[in-house]
Order: sequence, then C-alpha cells, then structure tokens
Amino acid sequence: MSLSATTAPPSPAAPPPDASSRRRRGYLLNRLDLKYSPYLYIAPFFLIFGTFGLYPMLRTAWMSLHDWDMIGDHTFIGLDNYTELVSDEYFWNALINTFGIFALSTIPQLLMALFLANLLNQTLLRAKTFFRMAIFVPNVVSVAAVAIVFGMLFQRDFGLFNWLLSLVGVDQIDWRAQEWSSWTAIATMVNWRWTGYNTLILLAGMQAIPKDLYEAAAIDGASQWRQFWQITLPMLKPTFIFVVILSTIGGMQLFTEPLLFANGSIIGGNQREYQTLAMYMYEKGIYNLSTAGYGAAVAWAIFMIIVFVSLINFVLVRRAAK
Amino acid sequence: MSLTTRRSRMAATALAAVLVASGLAACGNDDDAPAEGEKPAKLVVDTFGEMGYDELVKQYEQQTGIKVELRKTAQLGEYRPKLVRYLATGKGAADVTALEEGILNEFKANPRNWADLNPLVSSEIADDYLPWKWELGKAPDGRLIGLPTDVGSLAVCYRKDLFEAAGLPTERDAVAALWPDWNGFHQTGQKYKQATGKAFVDSITAVSNGVLFQQGTDLFYDKENNIIADSSPGVKAAWDTATSMVDISAKASTWSPEWSGGFKQGTFATTFCPSWMLGIVADNSGEANKGKWDVAAVPGGGGNWGGSWLAVPEQSKYQKEAAKLAEFLTNATSQVEAFKAKGPLPTNLEALKNEAFLSYTNEYFSNAPTGKIFGESVAQIQPVHLGPKHQAVKENAFEPAMRAFENGQASKDKAWEQFTKDAQTQGAF
Repeated sequence: MSLSATTAPPSPAAPPPDASSRRRRGYLLNRLDLKYSPYLYIAPFFLIFGTFGLYPMLRTAWMSLHDWDMIGDHTFIGLDNYTELVSDEYFWNALINTFGIFALSTIPQLLMALFLANLLNQTLLRAKTFFRMAIFVPNVVSVAAVAIVFGMLFQRDFGLFNWLLSLVGVDQIDWRAQEWSSWTAIATMVNWRWTGYNTLILLAGMQAIPKDLYEAAAIDGASQWRQFWQITLPMLKPTFIFVVILSTIGGMQLFTEPLLFANGSIIGGNQREYQTLAMYMYEKGIYNLSTAGYGAAVAWAIFMIIVFVSLINFVLVRRAAK
Repeated sequence: MSLTTRRSRMAATALAAVLVASGLAACGNDDDAPAEGEKPAKLVVDTFGEMGYDELVKQYEQQTGIKVELRKTAQLGEYRPKLVRYLATGKGAADVTALEEGILNEFKANPRNWADLNPLVSSEIADDYLPWKWELGKAPDGRLIGLPTDVGSLAVCYRKDLFEAAGLPTERDAVAALWPDWNGFHQTGQKYKQATGKAFVDSITAVSNGVLFQQGTDLFYDKENNIIADSSPGVKAAWDTATSMVDISAKASTWSPEWSGGFKQGTFATTFCPSWMLGIVADNSGEANKGKWDVAAVPGGGGNWGGSWLAVPEQSKYQKEAAKLAEFLTNATSQVEAFKAKGPLPTNLEALKNEAFLSYTNEYFSNAPTGKIFGESVAQIQPVHLGPKHQAVKENAFEPAMRAFENGQASKDKAWEQFTKDAQTQGAF
C-alpha cells in the first residue's frame, strides 16, 4: 500500500508538554489530510454513481415488486409482475423486434465501417482529414431530426424511396405495415447515423497496428488483400469487439427512431410491428400510469438481457485474447 | 491499518457521502408555508398548446394585484410527463393546471391529487356551462376537479376546388345538405371517387372519431367503469360506420407524414375539423391553398374531439386564490377573449351566445362563419361517459386495429378481435 509508505510514523515518545500547540495542530491536520482526503477525491464518482446509477436501479427493482400507480397507491405483490412478463406475448414481440432491428443495423453497419476504415487508412488517399470529418458528420445531427427526415423519405404516398422504387417498376411499399420493411427503415436510420462513428474507431485501431508488419509482409510478397485478412483483421480484434459492445448497448436501447417512425405512437405500428423493448418499457411504465410497477419489471428484464448479451461478448473477448 | 478495514472504511465514507447528498436533496423543501388567509404574491398557471390566456392573465394581475406566471408547453406529449412528475413527487405543480380530456379522465382515478373546487368557487356557476362538460369535470367521488375551458366541437373541412372538379356543390350549406347522415357522407364520397378516381376522406379513424361522440351512449366503459369494449353498441356503431368507408379513404391517418403531406397534394378532399384543427389544416395546406378550404357541418350533427378543463392541484398552497383565478379564466368574457385570440371554442353558455363569437369568420377558410358553425355543433353534442383509460384504449387498441384493417393487414374480423383483446389490457387500471 503506497499510502502507508508516505505516512510519517508517529513518534513513540509523547511530545513535551511545552511544545507549541500550533505545531501539534499542524501535525493533526496533516494526518487527517493523509488519511481522509483520498476518500474526498474519489467521493464525486460515488456520489454521482449512487445518485444516478445505483439508487434508480434499486428503486426500480423495488417498484417492480409492486402494483405501482405512478400517481396513486402502491401494493406489494412479490414477483407477480415477473411471472406475468414471461407469458406476455407483447413483451416477446418487442424482444424479437429489438433483436431483428439490431441484426439489420449492426451487421451491415460494421461491415461497411470496416470497409470505409480500410479505405481511409490507405497511404495514397488525399485529403484524409476532410474525408474523416465528412464521414462523422451524420453522427452530429440530432437523432430526432434524422428520424423525422427518414420518416418522410419512407413515406408511403410521396416518399423518396418509393419514388425511386417506382422508377424500376416496384410497387408502392407501405413501409410501416410489415415487419421486414419497418425494420429495414429503422435500421437504415441507425446505419446512416452510426457507420461513420464506428469507422473512426476502427480507423484508430488500424493506425495502431505497427507499420513494419505490413512492410515485412510486402517484402514476403503478400498482396493487399492478404495483408488485410492476415494482419489488419486479427490485430483489429480488440477494437472490433469494443465496437460490437457499443453497438449492442445502443441496439438494446433503441427508442427514438422507432417512436418517431410511428408518428409518436408508443405501440410502434398498427400491430406492434416495430415496438422495441425500450418502447414497451415506456408504454407500461410511463405512458400507462397505473402499470408503473410492471414497467419497472420490463426495465429489469432489459437490464438482465443486456447483462446476458454482455457476458457473451465477454466470453468472446477472452477467447480472442488467448 | 489492515487492508480490509481501510476498504470498508472507504466504502462507509462513500456511503455516508451518498446519504448526506440524498438527505440534502430531500431536505430542500417547503419551509415557506403561507400563513392562514394570506394573499399570495404569485400564482402559476400551466397550459399546453395555445389557450389564449396571455392578455387575460395581465388583466387579472391588474384587477387583483396578484402576479400570475403563465407557463406554456407546446406539445401535449411533453406536458403530460411533466405533470405526472409533479404529482408523483408532490411538488412543482402550478396552482392552476390545464387538463386535456384524456388526461383528466385518467387522473380522475386518483382524485386525491386535486383540490375539490365545490367549496372554492361560487355555487351558481354550475349552470353557466354546457351541462355534460360540467359533469365530466367531476371525479367519481363527487369532487369537482376541473372547470370547463374549451370543447373540440366537430365540423368538416372540405376542398371547394376539388369538389367543383368532381361536379359536387361547393357552397357550404349545399355541401352540408349532401350529408345529413353518415350514409350520405359515404355516398358523396363514392360519387367523388367515381368522378376523380381519388380518395375522399383522409382516414377511417378520423370518421370513427366523429361517430364515437355522436352515440350518446357509453363507449369503452360502462357507468361503473367496467370495460365493455366488445359489447358496447356505441363502439360497434363507430366501428361499422368507419370500416364501411374504407373504399373512399386515403389511408392517411391523422398526424402521419402521409396525412400532413396529403393536404398540399390534395390526396383527400375532406377531413374532420375540431375548431382547434383549423390552424393545423391551414399550416399543412400552406399559403398557396388559401381560400380553397371551407367548413361545413358534420354528418349526423354534433361531435366532439378534445377539449380541456382547469384544475387546482392538492399540493397548491393557495387553493382558494387559484380557484378564483380558474373561475376568472373560464367565465363568459374570458372565453370569448380566448377564442378571439387563439380559437379554443367556448363552453360557457353565455359565451356561446355572444355576438362577437357568433359573427366570427375565418379568412383562410373562405371566410366561413366558424363561430356560428362550431357554436351550432356544440349545442348538439351528446354527453358521453368516458372511462379512466379512454384515451389509451382509443389510441392503442381501437385506432391501430382499425388502421390494420384499413391497410389490409388484417381482415375486419381479425382486426375487431385485435381491438377487443388489446382493449382489455389498455383499459385496465
């Protein structure tokens, strides 16, 4: 323990009674400072975590054990909310929707990001900074603006995408009326907004790969393609997994895009085609005042799902590290 | 000092710090309770949308010397969560709070959050308002929660130029004569469609909104607040009338991008307009379409969509003074002023007879005498009992099922099944 090493050992003999009390006070303060100020330094984190992290979580857990009316009575009902949740078809529907949109957004997005990052990493590319900035711009746009604009592009009657499709002879699609089409539309918004962000992280990872590896490979006669597969990709694994974890968290929390795509209807589509878990939690916990306890149970279910998915990620990371 | 004690001490310090912080947060409240009968220095009013109170609160300040702070929230969707937070935490609510129809019905289930206005306002004013509107302001336990402000009386907005192109009459009385009932509306729509090949009405959910409130019977709930969605004749009538019109519908549900875009493109020739909708129709249609819209009476007579009340939260420190302010804002003169300023339709009987109100015409809508049209429509509104989760059942069960049928996602029977099933969960409270 490094702290004890710097602490002056207390003198074995009591100070003479006529020693100045000021000196003694100084000594005391010094001791207090050494002992307690470290706690003070780390306190802000615990304060903020306790107030905004731990307390809401515990409170939500407590709520989920009640029949909780937001502006009325609360009755303790044990685990009833959770048993109801297991057989709630709309909860499972939301879960499937969330994972469906997650798959449609994450997989193409990361492939695209990998491709773009590799392109930006080419030594021959000119105006690098410009391209790097340009690719990040969508991420700066407010999510609500993105959702509203894409909501118009995916309009049934006068939407741009339907007009483009009509040029190649495809019939008008009501994007909001089926699962595949609504998921595609929402995934498009997510992809548009986040591809650039992931590209930059992957690019940073690529630039951390030592150049001499490539030089050695080039001398050995390895093609560009082979260098990418056998040097870039393996060396990029940790960065890639980081990006996957970030996308997972984002995907599980998807809320604004589908909500605005549904014109603000919390059930997400006439037959809940694209209601995500976060929307279902909002419907039960906030929109519907008298089922706040059930909404809290949904929130905890989402938490458990994220923990589960993170565990899978964690196992993958460990395997990758070996 | 061993490592473990150090660790536990660290944890204890952190915990203590957290407790102190939360304690501080909890202690920061009301030590400034007013003395008995003291006149408040300031009253706060919370409203959403545009209720037209800007000038009125200034008048009230001058009359009484009490400062009034008007807090306006544009969107109802933003207003409701704020209000819920105030009530759930017991602080922050304004002294006078505007409650929209859906919110009021839901909040009635917990009447203790609201002051009983019966002893606070003068007893004669009960007869000043539309009787059904006054009744809706009462909670099941007899508490008077809200004083009536406006009502969303219904009319039909129609495009004169499109009617003319289809060979239909364009003058508003002649147009109204085309549809004394919903059947007439349907037939006119079919004629229009035959002539132009285009849809007549924006969506069947808009039609159902009109029909629901003309029933004069219980809708999703009976008088004891049991959910009767699957057996209610009123709901069934609205369902049948609306779903029968799928052939003349543009399938553009209210507020969707297809809907707001449809105004400029002329995808539909009619839409249902509560008085507060006129401004939205004008905005969506744009300056280029000024004078092309007109307003006619609604089929079947009367109808209601939206409307609000003013309430005083139990947590207000100045309930008596707040009630006086609410009374002032809802009296006949104020309601006419508010109508002239921003268009909310009066519920005060005297205001409805007021000359300035009746002679009001709307320039954008071909100078239609909207005061007269809506005023007449108000008189025909049938009082209905709306249960606590009326809004949720309508928005999240009734209308989605109807739209699923309209878009061909489900057969009529399957859609009805979807509605009755979802109505049970949405309507539970």
